[in-house]
Amino acid sequence: MEAYLDNSATTRCSESVRDVVVRTMMEDYGNPSSKHQKGLDAEHYLRDARETIARTMKVNEKEIFFTSGGTESNNWALIGAAMANRRTGMHLITTAVEHAAVLMPMQYLKEQGFSVTYLPVDGRGLINLSDLEAAIREDTILVSVMYVNNEVGTVEPVEEAARLIKKKNPRTLFHVDAIQAYGKFSIYPKRTGIDMLSVSGHKIHGPKGIGFLYINEKVKIHPLILGGGQQKGMRSGTDNVPGAAGLAAAAKDAYEHLEENVEYLQKLRGRMLDGLRALNERLTDDGTGGADSGSGAFLEGRSEDRRASSSERKLREGTGSARAGQQRMPVIVINSGEDEHSAPHIVSAAFPGIRSEVLLHALEERGICVSAGSACTSNKKLPVSTVLKELHLRPELLESTLRFSFSRLTTEEEIDYCLKTLEELLPVLRRYVRH
Amino acid sequence: MFKCFLIKYGEIGIKGKNRHLFEDALVRQICRALRRVDGKFYVYKEQGRIYVDCEALYDYDEVIDSLSKVFGIVGICPVMKTEDRGLEELGTEVIDFLENVYDIHSQTFKVVTRRAKKSYPVESMEVNAYLGHRILEAFPGMKVDVHDPEILLHVEIREKIFIYSKIIPGPGGMPVGTNGKAMLLLSGGIDSPVAGYMISKRGVEIDAVYFHAPPYTSERAKEKVVDLARIVASYSGPVNLHVVNFTDIQLYIYDKCPHDELTIIMRRYMMKIAEHFARQSGSMALITGESLGQVASQTIQSLAATNEVCTMPVFRPLIGFDKQEIIDVSEKIGTYETSILPFEDCCTIFVAKHPVTKPNLNAIRRSEQKLNEKIDELVKTAIETTEVIRVE
Repeated sequence: MEAYLDNSATTRCSESVRDVVVRTMMEDYGNPSSKHQKGLDAEHYLRDARETIARTMKVNEKEIFFTSGGTESNNWALIGAAMANRRTGMHLITTAVEHAAVLMPMQYLKEQGFSVTYLPVDGRGLINLSDLEAAIREDTILVSVMYVNNEVGTVEPVEEAARLIKKKNPRTLFHVDAIQAYGKFSIYPKRTGIDMLSVSGHKIHGPKGIGFLYINEKVKIHPLILGGGQQKGMRSGTDNVPGAAGLAAAAKDAYEHLEENVEYLQKLRGRMLDGLRALNERLTDDGTGGADSGSGAFLEGRSEDRRASSSERKLREGTGSARAGQQRMPVIVINSGEDEHSAPHIVSAAFPGIRSEVLLHALEERGICVSAGSACTSNKKLPVSTVLKELHLRPELLESTLRFSFSRLTTEEEIDYCLKTLEELLPVLRRYVRH
Repeated sequence: MFKCFLIKYGEIGIKGKNRHLFEDALVRQICRALRRVDGKFYVYKEQGRIYVDCEALYDYDEVIDSLSKVFGIVGICPVMKTEDRGLEELGTEVIDFLENVYDIHSQTFKVVTRRAKKSYPVESMEVNAYLGHRILEAFPGMKVDVHDPEILLHVEIREKIFIYSKIIPGPGGMPVGTNGKAMLLLSGGIDSPVAGYMISKRGVEIDAVYFHAPPYTSERAKEKVVDLARIVASYSGPVNLHVVNFTDIQLYIYDKCPHDELTIIMRRYMMKIAEHFARQSGSMALITGESLGQVASQTIQSLAATNEVCTMPVFRPLIGFDKQEIIDVSEKIGTYETSILPFEDCCTIFVAKHPVTKPNLNAIRRSEQKLNEKIDELVKTAIETTEVIRVE
């Protein structure tokens, strides 16, 4: 049996997406810039795609610009808007847990003379709104916050953030990286006060190499890619008609049945979390885990720490490691949550004592695809995930975290198979640890 | 303009009566190297020289690149070949040659003529003098320097006349196939591919064995080793890469033996298995990338302990190299970039914080006693399930 539980990395294309992509490649393959009928037919696909997508967010279709994907959308939003507004101010704000596609452009802008404030996060990855409020200045031109964290699935308070930003400085633009959120949440940028929003196609069963950036019509932004003047001169390059049509088909599927999809994802997530908790209990009882009374409290053990400041937490970690000398670690520690601050499709869990890479490959041998929550090896060749580090996880949790991510094509059987396989693997792998 | 390359070889020239064997091997290796290059090439021996004639359009850089990976070649000379149309005409051709190959200004030069065809009417010294005179006439800026010339122009008079001046250095060594075969213990690191290169350079065919430990080492780590074997093979010719699944043996040792001895005991089993495959495939020695004192398993005591399990000679060409010297070679031969890709190899996955650095052989043997119950069976299974990949 196979189980694909890596849907935050990429998803399988849906059949409706495939059909329209093939049609626009094989039959209606014209270039929308051409003057003949074939060109016109292609232009219709593009226009329809833009309309379909605009409708999912109740925005104007003129505000949708196709890009090569999430990374380009983020780069464009940040660099394009920063450059266009640099006479108003040179201050930017983002969070410490953004994806590299935000952090790297921010780094670049810093080198260009902008100053950047990175908002800290708490133990589960949430920004603090009062930190945001304090950071906004007269010369702040742009704030960028991700909607859903890609590694642990934390949902940031973007609506509150938007209100706060507009209240404190109406001129400050607000960009949201919604790459892990689009298709799982109702997002209404206009009502919310989001000025720019990045989306990627292949995370929602669309094709790779396509994404879009929503840009509110009032936003001043420079194009990054210059050329033949496509998309009103804002993003040149021959229009990716199959990509755009495929992305629109995927968006339509996602939003026509949004509620049932989300409900289904929540059910999958619950099944996974329940399974992991039960597994932890069972393996602990077997004596293969920490067979002590304290281990139950270890599960999701950071919840007590979650609102604690980082200095307090470090203090506790100090005592914690002394405690770990007497008590063994639990078998499974769940990093992600199940409340309104948690995305329905991501479960992050650590398996202390087993390096994530090893468990990943052991699962892979049995046909199960997951991601390592953090790419860290004990010989320090690989960088530790910045996001997990920001969550102040203990080192043994950092290097043993896996991410399980679901989509509407994931089945309950896949979850059960994964849990069953974990039950077989964990006791064996826990016996062999590096000293 | 170059339709021919003259191949210079050093050491094999002095091999007495076996000389033709070495030359034939070199010709074979050159043919093999050129098989990957577009074009039609004719490789032949003539009067103690090896030539490559190019009979169709070819890419100069590609040919040089391929030839400079053939062990046994000391130098590659791009040659202009011309008919004998008299001394005066030869002078004109030499001037053309210089104009084409160099940006002539005020270089110093020397002409060296070899008259292999003794029926040629003019003696070598006279040819030198005449050509020197013609060159000075054509390029007034140039000067003769017989001791340290910037341009050393060779003119060889045979059935045809060969003109060349550049010698592109080859890798040296001896042609592969003249010195038997050896089994390389190839990991994903920097050292072992360099060790393989160095032994192959002495004319040795290479086979390799890699110890794979899924799920502790990934498919990508294995792919990396195949890539490294491919680079070694571009020098040594085809490599049969034996991929041994070592996980169960490793875990069994982990279960039964003291953890600080893990690496040594593990390496002893690696050597045993490598020797098995060496025997099977006609290899007569093992090759490792060990360098004295580099890590705990490469101290003199550790090497003695791992060496003890095999009877074949174990070649350790890097034994006296510093890490930087090894890196320099790996950069030169093109394995460095691949070697440093960050995948874990099976030697490090269970490495103890403080492994023994001076293992006591008796203690190691005693620890190995604890493996008696299952180890033979596990080794047998590992050998039986080994996958052999032919890498070219």
